[in-house]
Amino acid sequence: MNDLCIRMDGVSKRYPHFFLDGISLELSEGSVLGFIGANGAGKSTTIRILMGLVRQDSGSVEVLGHPMPAEQTTAKLDIGFVSEDMRLYGAATLAWHMNFVASMYPRWDKAYAETLLRRFDLKAEQKIKGLSHGQRVKAALLLALARQPRLLILDEPTTGLDPVARREVLGELMSVLRDEGRTIFFSSHNTLEVEQISDRIAFIDRGRLIALDEKEDLLDRWRRVRLMVPTGSVLPQIPGVIEVAGTERLPVLTTSQFNPGVVSLCEDRGATVQGVDAMTLEEIFVANVQSRRELQPA
Amino acid sequence: MHTGPSKIVLSQTGGPLYQQIVNQMKQRIAVGEWVAGEEIPSIRQLAADLSVSVITVKRAYLEMEHAGLIVTQHGKGSFVAAHVVPGPKIFEQEMAGHLEEAARLGATMGMSEREMVSRLRKALDETDDARVIPKPSKESV
Repeated sequence: MNDLCIRMDGVSKRYPHFFLDGISLELSEGSVLGFIGANGAGKSTTIRILMGLVRQDSGSVEVLGHPMPAEQTTAKLDIGFVSEDMRLYGAATLAWHMNFVASMYPRWDKAYAETLLRRFDLKAEQKIKGLSHGQRVKAALLLALARQPRLLILDEPTTGLDPVARREVLGELMSVLRDEGRTIFFSSHNTLEVEQISDRIAFIDRGRLIALDEKEDLLDRWRRVRLMVPTGSVLPQIPGVIEVAGTERLPVLTTSQFNPGVVSLCEDRGATVQGVDAMTLEEIFVANVQSRRELQPA
Repeated sequence: MHTGPSKIVLSQTGGPLYQQIVNQMKQRIAVGEWVAGEEIPSIRQLAADLSVSVITVKRAYLEMEHAGLIVTQHGKGSFVAAHVVPGPKIFEQEMAGHLEEAARLGATMGMSEREMVSRLRKALDETDDARVIPKPSKESV
């Protein structure tokens, strides 16, 4: 159960205007990794390398035990890949695509495909060119899911979907995980849904992995501490502070290493803790990115 | 295997997801909808039902286990603990814990007894809106 499904070690790739800088990450079987980054941060490049579509300049990549890109053909039998710009044949129907995919993948589950058609409210006889963006995404996802791949790699699967379609898609993704041998790697800039369904979270910015953590740990450790400091006394030093906002007497500290001891530490130094606020994943991501960019301007 | 829907309803504005799951499971046990020894959904099943991560549900289950309300038998599933008695008692232990913690914090902050009582009163006022319609009591007559 705890076999590694994805292992990237020091993976780099240089383009004229972009450098993917030594990405190392691991994902064990049965879990969901949410991969968050701004536009152009390197999400899609990382995913293309994972899929063997782009060859890394250096570093090693193993997916389901297969070195990539060398064994990509074998690996892909067990990977379902859906990307935002997935192209299906416009002139063909969804049913044609289903037959086509079924003919190549022996694990294709016909009954499940039919169920997905109904759940996603799609019509098999409809031509792809007549589908809306949301329907295309759902069609691509159906084609990937019904193959029952051990690993799903999804590049922004819910971008551009309406709230109802997004819920259907997320619900379907999570039901896949009833089977603990299956794993999901997905990128998104919708932090709310990443927060909802991920076990692990990775932040990428400017080609670098800036955080890789269990979601619950990440959410537990980041806090905004609102203090009242008496005139004349200094701001208490607390661990992991990455941002100080507010005023001199009423500072607000953002820390990435909060623990309950921080409260007594502040009070020992004469400051009053007025509040400790939890942060959403979005706030954590933005604070993390901004603090790194300040330390290391482009 | 327990396959029925969990009927747990999560809200995006209702605080940490694992906490919401814990609270609703406790309530379910408190009102006797889940009885002692009853099998409850597996962690993966509930995660799938609620579209939340496995790790979130795992955390909720761990907390319920620590509170002695459920037991998880490896390979068999999770069950409401055999000795659980429905009723508001389930929340009592938690309440006692919070009160002790508040008293301890108050002491470290050097608060007087009066101050602490007034803080509790203030907290009551602040949560007033959020509470369900109170049962009629002597005071309200």
